[in-house]
Amino acid sequence: MSEKKKDELLHDHNRDGVNRRGFLKCMAWAGTGAFCVMKGGVLNSYSLSRISEISTADMMGELSFVQISDSHMGFNKPANPDVAGTLKAAVDKINGLAAAPEFMLHTGDISHLSKPEEFDTVDQILKSAKPKDVFYVPGEHDVLNDDGKQFLERYGKGSKGAGWYSFDKNGTHFMGLVNVMNLKAGGLGTLGHEQLEWIEDDVKHLKHSTPIVVFAHIPLWSVYPEWGWGTEDSAQALAYLKKFGSVTVLNGHIHQTMQKVEGNVTFHTAASTAFPQPAPGKADSPGPMKVPAEQLKSVLGITDVNYVQGQHALAVVDSTLA
Amino acid sequence: MRKSVSIAGLAAALALGTLGFGTGQKSSVASAQEKMSMMEVKIDNFTFGPATLTVPVGTTVAWINKDDIPHTVVSTVDSKTLKSKVLDTDEKFSFTFSKSGTYPYFCSIHPKMTGKVIVH
Repeated sequence: MSEKKKDELLHDHNRDGVNRRGFLKCMAWAGTGAFCVMKGGVLNSYSLSRISEISTADMMGELSFVQISDSHMGFNKPANPDVAGTLKAAVDKINGLAAAPEFMLHTGDISHLSKPEEFDTVDQILKSAKPKDVFYVPGEHDVLNDDGKQFLERYGKGSKGAGWYSFDKNGTHFMGLVNVMNLKAGGLGTLGHEQLEWIEDDVKHLKHSTPIVVFAHIPLWSVYPEWGWGTEDSAQALAYLKKFGSVTVLNGHIHQTMQKVEGNVTFHTAASTAFPQPAPGKADSPGPMKVPAEQLKSVLGITDVNYVQGQHALAVVDSTLA
Repeated sequence: MRKSVSIAGLAAALALGTLGFGTGQKSSVASAQEKMSMMEVKIDNFTFGPATLTVPVGTTVAWINKDDIPHTVVSTVDSKTLKSKVLDTDEKFSFTFSKSGTYPYFCSIHPKMTGKVIVH
């Protein structure tokens, strides 16, 4: 993923919709900055370093938002002694985008130790971001000590159960899920029966052409079960979304960008704004990965998502802080 | 893993003057059993070390977090008795096992981390 590739326009010569290989290739570039746009069944991709050469019309859509994740406010070990600074840098990056995103999603681990001052600091920093609306889902670091009560008080207004909810923006249906509660020994993330029933009910009356965006902390696909990077009952949730033409799943937790496309579903994990973690199996454990200070910002990042109505997929672009 | 199996170790324990029993004025370290009554589990790299610890009844086990990420120690079967607060780096949690049995536990933040204390 860190390998530099030449810019390339990919065309779907078969005109059968998604060029699966092309799309995946594009997703693999996203970690180094590739902008993918689906237009009339043809996938075009451009390196982020040449983004100024793409017309604004090509880049913009009826909906755009940014995903940030894993700010871990309160973390202060060598891997990043200044997580507030790197979060501020992420906000600066967001504020520097050509078209201001309408809102932000935070896919959890807002705080590092669920301390009130940690949440306060994040709220403070995000106040300076242009997008004023932020939608949160908790990470396991946000629900320590109190079964998530504090998280619910701060960010869970109008939500159900442990904090799941849905909302609509310009025709796209968003679903914030919680998969970090009641974790069982030896287990993975879990949604639970009550939340699964809610998911089924929530999408029951939606038209199949409604684009769906699901966001939750722990990946909803099996990235690396050995490190707990997966959700044991996500298959049931995805089954309820099978009928939809475009489903995008946005997750955090693993502190690196990763993508997978499976049928109508695109899974995407975001980088952390705090510290990176090793690729699956590349270290003894999924702990904070120390990189040389000058490289730190290049492994932290934000995700910018654009939706153009009528197209099949959301264009998801990751950019690093450096 | 630390095991004080020698008389020298016992003397050292005496000198330190604390095994979690009373004020330590009246030393309660006369018996061979009591020199084993403090054991340690080191938490590092998302692992409990040792993963399985076998101890005699009456032992106090201290978990110390040497990882750069917080962890917890929570019983898999009875979270009312064996449950630590969140342990940041260098924080400790102690529990005295006064009944024999097998005590499986895990880290509630990173549930793939599991361990076991066998008390005989």
